[in-house]
Amino acid sequence: MTNAVAAVRPARKKFKITKRVFSYPYVLFMLLFVVLPLVMILVNAFLDSDNNLTLENFKIFFTEKSSLIVLGNSVFVGLVTTLICLLIGYPVAYFLSKMSSGKVLVLFFVLPMWVNFLIRTLATKAIFLAMDVTLGMGTVVFGMVYNYLPFMILPLHTTLSSIDRSYIEAAQDLGADSSTVFLKTILPLSVSGIISGITMVFIPTISTFAISQLLSNGKIFLFGDSIQMKFDQGLYGVGSIMSIVMLVFVLVSNFLMNRVGRNNNNMGRSLW
Amino acid sequence: MSENIIELKNLTKTYGAKDAVKNASLNIKRGEFVTLLGPSGCGKTTTLRMIAGFEMPTSGQIIFDGEDITTTPPHLRKVNTVFQRYALFPHLNVFNNIAFGLKLKTIPAGTKTNRKGEEVQLFRKYTKAEIKSKVDAALKMVDLEDYGHRYVSSLSGGQQQRVAIARALVNEPEVLLLDEPLGALDLKMRKDMQLELMNMHKQLGITFVYVTHDQEEALTMSDKIVVMRDGVIQQIATPEKIYDEPANAFVADFIGESTILSGVMLADYKVEFAGAIFECVDKGFKKNEPIDVIIRPEDLKILSPDDKKTIITAEVISSVFKGDHYQVTLMANENEFIAHDTATYETGSTVGLYIKPFDLHIMHKSRVINEIDTEMAAENSVYICGEKFECVCPFEAGTPVKVSVDFDDVIITDDEEDGTIGATVVSSIYKGSYYQCIVRTDDYYDFFVDTDDDWLKGDRVGINIAPEKIIVEKREVNADGEALPSEQAQPVVIDQTVEEAAENGTEGTAVADDKEVQE
Repeated sequence: MTNAVAAVRPARKKFKITKRVFSYPYVLFMLLFVVLPLVMILVNAFLDSDNNLTLENFKIFFTEKSSLIVLGNSVFVGLVTTLICLLIGYPVAYFLSKMSSGKVLVLFFVLPMWVNFLIRTLATKAIFLAMDVTLGMGTVVFGMVYNYLPFMILPLHTTLSSIDRSYIEAAQDLGADSSTVFLKTILPLSVSGIISGITMVFIPTISTFAISQLLSNGKIFLFGDSIQMKFDQGLYGVGSIMSIVMLVFVLVSNFLMNRVGRNNNNMGRSLW
Repeated sequence: MSENIIELKNLTKTYGAKDAVKNASLNIKRGEFVTLLGPSGCGKTTTLRMIAGFEMPTSGQIIFDGEDITTTPPHLRKVNTVFQRYALFPHLNVFNNIAFGLKLKTIPAGTKTNRKGEEVQLFRKYTKAEIKSKVDAALKMVDLEDYGHRYVSSLSGGQQQRVAIARALVNEPEVLLLDEPLGALDLKMRKDMQLELMNMHKQLGITFVYVTHDQEEALTMSDKIVVMRDGVIQQIATPEKIYDEPANAFVADFIGESTILSGVMLADYKVEFAGAIFECVDKGFKKNEPIDVIIRPEDLKILSPDDKKTIITAEVISSVFKGDHYQVTLMANENEFIAHDTATYETGSTVGLYIKPFDLHIMHKSRVINEIDTEMAAENSVYICGEKFECVCPFEAGTPVKVSVDFDDVIITDDEEDGTIGATVVSSIYKGSYYQCIVRTDDYYDFFVDTDDDWLKGDRVGINIAPEKIIVEKREVNADGEALPSEQAQPVVIDQTVEEAAENGTEGTAVADDKEVQE
């Protein structure tokens, strides 16, 4: 990005349309809506309500028990959702990749994504209410899994269906029965898909909001929700701190996933 | 213990409407190096995959060491495969790739008596140390001792090839299947690997079944070559026999360069082609039977036109240096000949040609006329391959008829739309003065066509036939409306290596009386 910015600077007498010119709108957009907000969050985190430099916000966040509980809850819900998505998504993706009509069937799993997630979640809530299900942790996790399952299935399906059949044949040829073929070749060869799926489910779930609020009638509060609340209450400082904490979580988990992916899979296929 | 390690019995594999392999029967002896040879799409790889167990035959049997393994899953078969693109596991290093099979294997470990007093066979897995010593030995065999820890993606094509061979051989299979293993290597490397594979075959003494489309590779390496085309085995014989006595024009054209001409057998030991009469060593043909003559370029001797041995004079069309010989193209009575000679000849000069009687290879024509069993569409119109063709014939609609069309009366059009029916060019063989093409219609009838042009294999073309050139005859039909069984039965291909052995009086079991391959 710095390159692009530097390129704008030299005064030019003649305006020439080069490939670089086409990147300007994007660079401008990035500056306005990605870089600037991040800077603002960083600045806000060190300011109190009277715009004085302070570290008070950190103290408030890290000493307040309730906010740490919310963070713990978020991570817990994220882990559970990711695990359930993996447990459901892997077999689904595996069988779809084996079927000749698999590509079409995958569409059915992706189809709900075309409906706005708020509408979907509200509809889910209506169904739960109609069925007299008590809203709580169970319904929240259900809503999460329902919303994020496609993000698990898609990368897994892509990876599984790109595994060359000859690897499976080679394993069979060397004496592996079908379960050994799965454990020794298909599973290790699909690690990159698993990593992608986990990243694509875990990171959004820990930062999500609205789903938990709607599907628990406001009983369960996740990190995303509480950030939203802090900003609603005008507590920009604490809200910013929480956003930074969230960002650190996302970056760390992304980093860890990449590490695992690199160690386990020499092919270097990643959907990220 | 039977002599044959693998027996294929009437093996057929059908994909949809297409037969990939048709009624293939083949015996592979213990310790033999057998090559399945043919152009792409001839069914050689499918045959190999059926032996490995990756494909189920539609019909037929596979016997391994006297046991029927037709339905045995691949992991229980005592064969190992070297795959075309190696299929080395990318998530494992070289050592673990090779150890993959060993880690899964169980070996007998003595017996014990159970409570009922019965003897029970015990099995155990290989120990780590055993695996290591076996893998190290395998790595040593393929000259990759220090590569055990490397990941396969960091190896060159030739090294991957060696790992693939080591991975298969380390399991000590009774039969090693190789599916075009050298296809991805460059020429120099391929030559080296050919020699190495031959050495391994000699040292290990196990059976190799090798698939290739490279005729030179097949001739160099094999004990026995199986030539296939369109799923049908054309000839099974030793490399020498395949080269010297090809069973038909296809084999002759596929194996090495040769001049293929149409001729007529005048009498025993006397054949006429290219406007001259030649002596030959063949007999037993019908008088004036049309035949194919095959002349290998190195058998065609170029002499001075006045030499008394000269049978036919020819004009030199071109002479091209090929490294260790000149390839001389000659024209005699409008027939093209190709000769290999150590000397060069001036273009346009006249020379004499001589062929030893023994070097003339005479073959029955696989077909002398296109024949189709069909029925009349209307008066003066007949169905051929689903479309109506005009003809000169008074039979009423629905009459079962036999239609015959001469090779040179079939007209191929460049544009599929211009023809009455569409077809695909399957092969094109130069016969000295014209090309003999085989074009396959969409309902799998093969038309033999003589044309002046060389048609590209795989091209779509149209077929037209002039009405007066369609010969229509009434056909006998039995009460059920079914055609009487025609005498065109399945081709009988016999293993000529067995036959040879029988002639020598040493061994051999099956000797069929029909030597020639007839389609």
